Amino acid sequence: MAILLEYLFNGALLGVIYALVAVGFTLFFGVLDVIKFSHGDVLTLGAYSGLAAFVSLELLGLDLPVVSLIFVLVVAMLVTGLAGIAIGQFFVVPMRGSPAFNILLMTLMIGTAIHECIRLFVPGGANPKAFPTLLPRTPIEIGGAYIRLDSLLLLVLGIGVIVVTNWMVRHTKLGLAIRAVAQDGDTAQIMGIPFRRVVLATFALGSMLAGVAGVMNGLYYSEINFNVGVLLGVIGFSSAVVGGLGSIWGAIIGGFSFAALQTVWVLFFPEMSGYRDVFAFTTIIVLMTIWPTGIIAERYSERV
Amino acid sequence: MLWSRGIAVAALTAIATLSGLTLTHAQQKETARIAFLGPLTGGNSATGLGGRNSARLAVDSRNADPDRRYDYELVPLDDECLPNVGIQAATRAATDRSVVAGVTHFCSAVAIATVDVYNRFELPVVVWGAILPAITHGNDYPEVHRVNGSMLDESKVLVEFLTGLGYKRWAVIHDTTDYGTGYLAILREKLAGSDVEILSTFGVAADQQDFSAELLRVKEIDPQIVVFAGLTPLGVRVRSQMDRLGVRSQFAGISGIMSVSYHDALGSLSEGTISVHNSAPLETLPGGQMFVDEYAKAGFAEPPEPYGPYAFVATNLIIEAIEEVGANREAVRDWLNTVENRNSIAGPITFDEHGHNSVASTKYVAQDGRWVRWEDSLYAAGERMLSGR
Repeated sequence: MAILLEYLFNGALLGVIYALVAVGFTLFFGVLDVIKFSHGDVLTLGAYSGLAAFVSLELLGLDLPVVSLIFVLVVAMLVTGLAGIAIGQFFVVPMRGSPAFNILLMTLMIGTAIHECIRLFVPGGANPKAFPTLLPRTPIEIGGAYIRLDSLLLLVLGIGVIVVTNWMVRHTKLGLAIRAVAQDGDTAQIMGIPFRRVVLATFALGSMLAGVAGVMNGLYYSEINFNVGVLLGVIGFSSAVVGGLGSIWGAIIGGFSFAALQTVWVLFFPEMSGYRDVFAFTTIIVLMTIWPTGIIAERYSERV
Repeated sequence: MLWSRGIAVAALTAIATLSGLTLTHAQQKETARIAFLGPLTGGNSATGLGGRNSARLAVDSRNADPDRRYDYELVPLDDECLPNVGIQAATRAATDRSVVAGVTHFCSAVAIATVDVYNRFELPVVVWGAILPAITHGNDYPEVHRVNGSMLDESKVLVEFLTGLGYKRWAVIHDTTDYGTGYLAILREKLAGSDVEILSTFGVAADQQDFSAELLRVKEIDPQIVVFAGLTPLGVRVRSQMDRLGVRSQFAGISGIMSVSYHDALGSLSEGTISVHNSAPLETLPGGQMFVDEYAKAGFAEPPEPYGPYAFVATNLIIEAIEEVGANREAVRDWLNTVENRNSIAGPITFDEHGHNSVASTKYVAQDGRWVRWEDSLYAAGERMLSGR
């Protein structure tokens, strides 16, 4: 029973990271019908800017764990938010009318440029970097299960960020504007909603989630590398698609489902654990043939 | 008259200049280029940079010798520990006719992928770090040699060591490259008929980040020891996540984890990790102290790492070959194939019919942020305890 709880807990933690990435994909698709494939690499940018923020605090001789964590998160969100705005302003919005395939390709190339710049311009950028320990590692027992306090805090942080994002989209003026643009951009504009500003705010919001996911990933694994966002981006995108691209709840369900598929595979076929991603992606393909518009199909859900 | 005197002066000047040029040319030595291939970036770069520095030390030492026949130049190429990148780097070295020979590869998956390239372009190479037996035994290429032993030497010592310590219930986590799967196959072979039970094996991708599912399964089956067959970056992740998930079994890794960066990345978590390596501590090798002193004198930024001495030995062998038979690939290859009981800082080198040099493996344990020979450790003395016994 205790071990089952541990499987559930660790699967949930993995699922939260995937869901954070997937929600970003869903927001971008919701407002502009675009697939922003640079999203995973924006996550990498978030992780590295968080690390840079920590290093700068260290250089200043400041050793305040809680302040450091907040500062790292704020810097990561700020940098990724600005990156999201820049990508939206200079690349995606101007190409709004062009085929979706062009935007997909372009954002894929922007992502490649981001992670290659990290590799080339960060000192020793090709090598994995140790990520600082900013959370207490105290072991705790919950129902006989061994869980570390930092893992628990990361899970709470991830769920909290998702809940706040969902609340923002559902209950704030900005969220209302985002939903209006997602439903019908042209009508929203006629009704006086500043289309470009709302789109850019959505890009900032989605990218800030990637920044949080990047820092969480670094804190959980104690290590980051320039390539970390590539697979996470693909997993996040698959999660968003299987959940129902355009739906926040779909993205969350997709993220947790992907983590569950990976865990279940290893549980039943430990000797072939290297194939867990193959299994998860194959299942996603099968699910997509059953529900082509995702588990939460668009006709039953409100966009974003 | 004035005209013919001018011609005579010009002719004399030309003769003098030409003689000078000829003289300078005679004093200059031909340059022999030796390629070094290893992971210079990426998670295994600590070992690669240590190997490159050691190869450079060999080259610089010989270049300081006024009686040498050639000037030597090291051509370092990064294989990133990735087979596709390794093949590109190997092809670049092999197709450059000015490169006489190569000191090649730490990662077995790269080394096995590149042997065909060296054979096709007839570039003699000496492997300095990769231990997969098939690199030398899986082909009959006369170009391929290895100084650092193989996992056959290493696994024998590992099995005897761990069973001797009383570990009877194992879980094995291995990467799914030729290196990890090859090691698993050899472990199974060596353990057949023994009272050791492998409770479960986990094949994981070489760039896998998350091991929570695998390690929770390990926790469930509760082995006495987790044996890891892979390289440092993966080993660091597995060990660190074992701690996160409360897996209390003893952790042992093969020589792929034996790097200074293992301690740097894990800090106190590295304590008590068991490993084996095809090399004794540097100071105890026949020429180890000289190597340590010269390496320190050269002022390299990175430590030599455990495989550094073998890169030094491999480079020196190639230089000796070039000095004796000239900067010619075919002649160097033939010379290497006759190497027998050749003295080196790592002991005598003999290439068998496969171009392989067997070595004795040494048992190690991580103690206070260093790899310490088991016999010299506080664990062997009973002052510190391993887990799972």
